[in-house]
Amino acid sequence: MFKDLFRKPKYVTVHADTAKKDMPDGLWQKCPNCNEILYAKELEKGLKTCRKCGAYFRVGARERVRITVDEGSFVETDAGLLSTNPLGFEDYPDKVARAQEATRINEAILTGEAAIGGHPVIIGVMDPNFIMGSMGSVVGEKVARAVERAIDKRIPLVLFTASGGARMQEGVISLMQMAKTCGALARLHEAGLLYITVLTDPTTGGVMASFASMGDIIIAEPGSLIGFTGPRVIEQTMKIRLPEGFQTAEFMLDHGFVDMVVPRADLRNTLIKLLDLHTTGGNGNAQHYA
Amino acid sequence: MPSIMLEFEKPIAELEAKIEELKSFSSEKGIDLTEEIKTMQAKAEALKKEIFDNLTPAQRVAIARHPERPGTLEYIKHIFEDFVELHGDRHFGDDRAVIGGIARFRGEPVTVIGHAKGKDTKENLARNFGMPHPEGNKKALRLMEQAEKFGRPVFTFVDTPGAHCGMGAEERGQAHAIAANLARLMKLRVPVINTVIGEGGSGGALAIAVGDRLMMLENSVFSVISPESFASILWKDPARAQEAVAAMKMTAPDLAELGIVDEVVPEPLGGAHRNPGEMAAMLGSRLQEALDCLKKMPVDEMLQKRYEKFRGIGQFVSG
Repeated sequence: MFKDLFRKPKYVTVHADTAKKDMPDGLWQKCPNCNEILYAKELEKGLKTCRKCGAYFRVGARERVRITVDEGSFVETDAGLLSTNPLGFEDYPDKVARAQEATRINEAILTGEAAIGGHPVIIGVMDPNFIMGSMGSVVGEKVARAVERAIDKRIPLVLFTASGGARMQEGVISLMQMAKTCGALARLHEAGLLYITVLTDPTTGGVMASFASMGDIIIAEPGSLIGFTGPRVIEQTMKIRLPEGFQTAEFMLDHGFVDMVVPRADLRNTLIKLLDLHTTGGNGNAQHYA
Repeated sequence: MPSIMLEFEKPIAELEAKIEELKSFSSEKGIDLTEEIKTMQAKAEALKKEIFDNLTPAQRVAIARHPERPGTLEYIKHIFEDFVELHGDRHFGDDRAVIGGIARFRGEPVTVIGHAKGKDTKENLARNFGMPHPEGNKKALRLMEQAEKFGRPVFTFVDTPGAHCGMGAEERGQAHAIAANLARLMKLRVPVINTVIGEGGSGGALAIAVGDRLMMLENSVFSVISPESFASILWKDPARAQEAVAAMKMTAPDLAELGIVDEVVPEPLGGAHRNPGEMAAMLGSRLQEALDCLKKMPVDEMLQKRYEKFRGIGQFVSG
């Protein structure tokens, strides 16, 4: 048990639909890493972590909110924003509809107001099951609105990221969301407000190259894939094999790009501790020394 | 005449070769063929106009990637005076895929930053085909901040297939470097005018493409990812790249229609590479107009407008 604490957790990918197909009654779930049969209820209580091998299951946005914020404190915002099909891709609207059904969110990020350890925060959580958490117009808009709401209310902003990058089907409009979100965050930083990002598996591409990288404090979940270009693309383009552990949370810690790697079980307490250290509206003693 | 002709330019090239042939024949034999040559030249011009007025998106990509297309260095030479190149990111190295420095624009000191591709294999290798490492983006950031300190307007020239993807780039924080530039550019207290002169590929391009005015040369392109990667991601078939070009709406006219680009700068007939001097003169006057307009604005108003410009990009409905 004690030894497990030092073991590097591994991520397993379970798509919402395949997971459902495998267990019609939803009572049991098999760990795809070690094949252990896990009782679904127990899996949830254990923060979606395999009790045998310690592998993390990816957490959907609604569930992440539930395990992170004070019970009953979450009030969702901008749930009605819906993507259009600006470039007219034939199967795009269907794809979005299927993702909405699987995740019960309007887009790849769930946003709202909540409390964490009694601290009011603006929170946003990306869902890797929503077209790989890709960022198009709606994700960009919801992030920008969350940032602006944090500025208006002068409270901290906490964003959990999980994204393969820009949403291909919205072309350059998706790319521009990077500038839009960074612009809003530049204002938040100017306002002296706290911004914490929690990078979860996977955080890459346009999201990593924009708002995910801009936290005052950047936390990463153990074993998460984090980087700009995905490993497969690097291997194909450069015709190389990447070493084991390249672009993991631990790799990013070693290279100075995240502040800490925090196991899932300790995340909420870590956030509370950090929020405690930034009291008075999230900007500590900034006014005193201004 | 450019030495490299694109596939769709072949009919023009054939006519132009014929004209040359007639010219040398007439001077060698002393036969007057002026009328014939004139007719052929008119025909060639008409054909050129016909082809270039009806370019397909894929043909524009080919022009944007033309090996002889003028790059940042040529525009610096034609549009600016007294260019002094500044090197290094002050962290790790000097990325030659990005060049930058101080110059005079119509007499006024300004900062110029742009991607640089090579003209031949050797230079292309040295400049990594215009694909910046984190050092290139950090050099750009340093020069932007320097421009702000000294109150110099910033001109950027975008011409990259994308940010370099490789181990070193990841180890030294490509993503962080891009994000830092985006945030800083949104707040830079001097006018920033960005021009896509060739290829604007993905986050690597965007890292120096945020500002008060986004211009695109008529045959330049700007996209979220290369059409080849787009086809392989979405359709699992890189061979469908030409189709992807059209679907992605990445050409200057397409992006003007989508409201992403502020201004499309017309190119000389046959593309910028057929007459770099004329292209530079045209672009120079557009840059001047844009700068004159921005200089009339109080800085806070300019920054507010810049914010609103990007804040407003996105298409969605409120359900």
